[in-house]
Amino acid sequence: MNAPVLPGTLNDNPVLERWVTFPAPGTITVNTGRVELGQGVLTAMQQVAADELFVSMSRVTVHSGDTIEAPNEGYTAGSQSIQTGAVALRQACADVRALFLAQAAAIIGCKASELGIRDGSIVRNGLSTGQDYWTLAGAIDLSAKATGTGARKAVADFMTIGHEAPRLDLPAKIFGDAAFIHDMKLDGMVHARVVRQPNRGATIGAIDEAAIKRAAKGPVEFIKNGNFLAIVGDNETAVDLAGAAAVNHVSWQNVERPTPLQQEANWLLQQPTVDRVLGSPEPADPQGRERFERTFTRGFVAHASISPSCGLALYKDGVMTVWTHCQGVFPLRAALARTLKLEPSAIVVNHVQGSGCYGHNGADDAAADAAIIAMQKPGTPVRVRWRREEEFVYEPKSPSMVVKVRALLDAAGKPADWTAEIWSGNHNGRPGGGSSLLGEEALPGYVAPPPAGEVPEAAGGGATRNAEPLYDIADKRIVHHKIVEQPVRVSALRGLGATANVFALECCIDELAERVGQDPLAYRLSITSDPRARAVIEKAAAMANWDPKAPGGEGHGRGFAFARYKNKAAYCAVVVELDVEEAISLRHVWCATDAGLVVSPDGVLNQLEGGIIQAASWVLKEQVRFDNDAPTGPSPFDWETYPVLKFSEVPEITIVLLNTKDEVPLGVGEVTGGPVAAAIGNAVSHALGTRVRDLPLTRERITATLLKE
Amino acid sequence: MTQFDFSVNGKAVSVSVDNEATPLLNVLRNELGLVGTRFGCGLEQCGCCMVLVDDAPVKSCNREVSTMAGKTVTTVEGLGSAAHPHPLQQAFIDEQAGQCGYCLAGILISAKALLEKNPSPTRKEIALALDGNICRCGSHNRIMRAVEKAAAVMRAAS
Repeated sequence: MNAPVLPGTLNDNPVLERWVTFPAPGTITVNTGRVELGQGVLTAMQQVAADELFVSMSRVTVHSGDTIEAPNEGYTAGSQSIQTGAVALRQACADVRALFLAQAAAIIGCKASELGIRDGSIVRNGLSTGQDYWTLAGAIDLSAKATGTGARKAVADFMTIGHEAPRLDLPAKIFGDAAFIHDMKLDGMVHARVVRQPNRGATIGAIDEAAIKRAAKGPVEFIKNGNFLAIVGDNETAVDLAGAAAVNHVSWQNVERPTPLQQEANWLLQQPTVDRVLGSPEPADPQGRERFERTFTRGFVAHASISPSCGLALYKDGVMTVWTHCQGVFPLRAALARTLKLEPSAIVVNHVQGSGCYGHNGADDAAADAAIIAMQKPGTPVRVRWRREEEFVYEPKSPSMVVKVRALLDAAGKPADWTAEIWSGNHNGRPGGGSSLLGEEALPGYVAPPPAGEVPEAAGGGATRNAEPLYDIADKRIVHHKIVEQPVRVSALRGLGATANVFALECCIDELAERVGQDPLAYRLSITSDPRARAVIEKAAAMANWDPKAPGGEGHGRGFAFARYKNKAAYCAVVVELDVEEAISLRHVWCATDAGLVVSPDGVLNQLEGGIIQAASWVLKEQVRFDNDAPTGPSPFDWETYPVLKFSEVPEITIVLLNTKDEVPLGVGEVTGGPVAAAIGNAVSHALGTRVRDLPLTRERITATLLKE
Repeated sequence: MTQFDFSVNGKAVSVSVDNEATPLLNVLRNELGLVGTRFGCGLEQCGCCMVLVDDAPVKSCNREVSTMAGKTVTTVEGLGSAAHPHPLQQAFIDEQAGQCGYCLAGILISAKALLEKNPSPTRKEIALALDGNICRCGSHNRIMRAVEKAAAVMRAAS
């Protein structure tokens, strides 16, 4: 007999006690492989478990993200936590509840269908039966596998799902408790800073230990293994000073620096590529149809997490224990096993909160740094905290992209054939995906693994994400040119390729509407048959009092954009109103989102607001530059050379959620990026009467475009 | 070892350091166990490490402890506690004003300094007062709403 197909990540983790246990009378512990990244996911899991187990939220403790007890759910990424993680937890709870009801029925001598549960107590005809989860727990084997047959609670009966629940993690952050990995203090802990290898293959020349020790003004020790060099000591200030000084007192050979040319996306067009076509071949003959072509670009973008990465490790009695704020403790364990040449069973990885990461930042690498040092100091806990400049330079970047859109238009000016041609580096550079932990690259005998594969199309694709329009177009395809060799490490940033792809696609739709003298909103609706897509488009327009005749030019404009994330997740339509003089000032963003079932309404709003502001920051300001002076290795930069949106620059935001009682929840963390980017692009075009197709839309770019006109 | 005496959150402290240039932030976090003030950049750019020194907002990551002798320092722990929250802290909870929350301690301190000087700030004044604090998650509007709410509560109580 085949195993049942279970919801979400329950398939890979079918044993019920991986998800739910009853540790003491009155209490329930649920485990999740998802980790708290500031998105409030643990609170949402508590809501789901409480509802499906028919108990109050206060009975449920959420345990998250270790390699011992939590289920292996891979990465907390891709807006998947609710979509695949919460549905798995919900079904596990429903199956557990069914087991308890069956057991209670056997004891009482009635049918399970006659029984109900009230805050954990088994009731019959509204009266207590004297049984509850905890009296029955000893007789129930939770090492059994989920069957998926436990009836899930009806959406209409939800008590906590869809209702407000204050975030579990916020108070510690507001009252200044030890909320973050950075705040951990282990007995006998030493501090460490790594003297970073500027690039893979660079070798240490000379180390001026005396100069570094003088700068430290306190005792420090050097740990060296191949080209991995770290400074360790009891006093964090001394270690910090030594780490900063070491940048100028350690010389490197075989240094390769990224060049200013490489910082511009058009550099990609001159590189060797690995090519593929997704969809039917592009027609050689347009068959009399008019051809439309536009090119869009975006530079490298940083995650720019507010806290530099931090990792702790202790190697004791043959076991390596690691504390990390990474997105996937199991993949990190596998990568550490290769780096440290230990069996995975000899490594324990625990998640502890860091600051928001928005994708693959330096978290995994900082954990590896700590573990590499801890291997050489058995019994001593090691804490590595990256320097700000180190995080900015060495975190993997979101790769630059060029997107060329070609469309063949029918007689009415509607697209009949659509090609998105993409040049991009890989958006998947996570450890375990064919890439290395940074510290590993400096160790003796390092051999680079074969290049990482792309994110599969089934998972939404990487560079190709959202390149295909959801609109009614007869023939669509993606031509993908992957550029393997990149000037810096590249990997996943919130939304992956969707930001640039939706920017290109939705700016083109506006241009096509303009070409036939149509309101861009009406034009979109004329090629949209998906009713949920139409609903968010119409809602966003209504929220913003969209006026098809609103005059443009004169430096004031409004823009529209829409996308369904990965073409299979949440729907999002956005209207942006802004002013442009030399630079852009955002006035208001209206957003209509259909994410299906909403577990935590305020949590969803918070994610959407954050996504909108971060996307606005990418579009207005953010590009990693390689043209700064640097004494060693890649150009250093900080918050002055890599500014992000400030409090005085954020727009008003109004959000409406649609379809929140649907059975199926859809993740929202990444849904806004593309639509916000494109709506800003369209609004700038409306305000100026000319279009800027290269991101970011900086003051310099806008001025240059205006001068060219 | 050199000793420096100052006050933190209303209590007299006496700190001995090898290096007089030790940043106030490291003293708070590593010597005094007050980890609520966070390290963000060490470059006085992001505001995660904001504290009040004699009621003025100061980035503590590069402020040498030797300059603290005789001064009065207030950190986020000194604003209030879960049992007795400062109106700002209560408003941040009420508005669920934060995502990852790493920036919040510094922002609460900047907001406290603003409300001491200006009990009725406009949204624009709040924004400008917080421009020295970076929030990367995009919780800005919630944070500004929370500051407005706390200001109203504090005005009503005074």
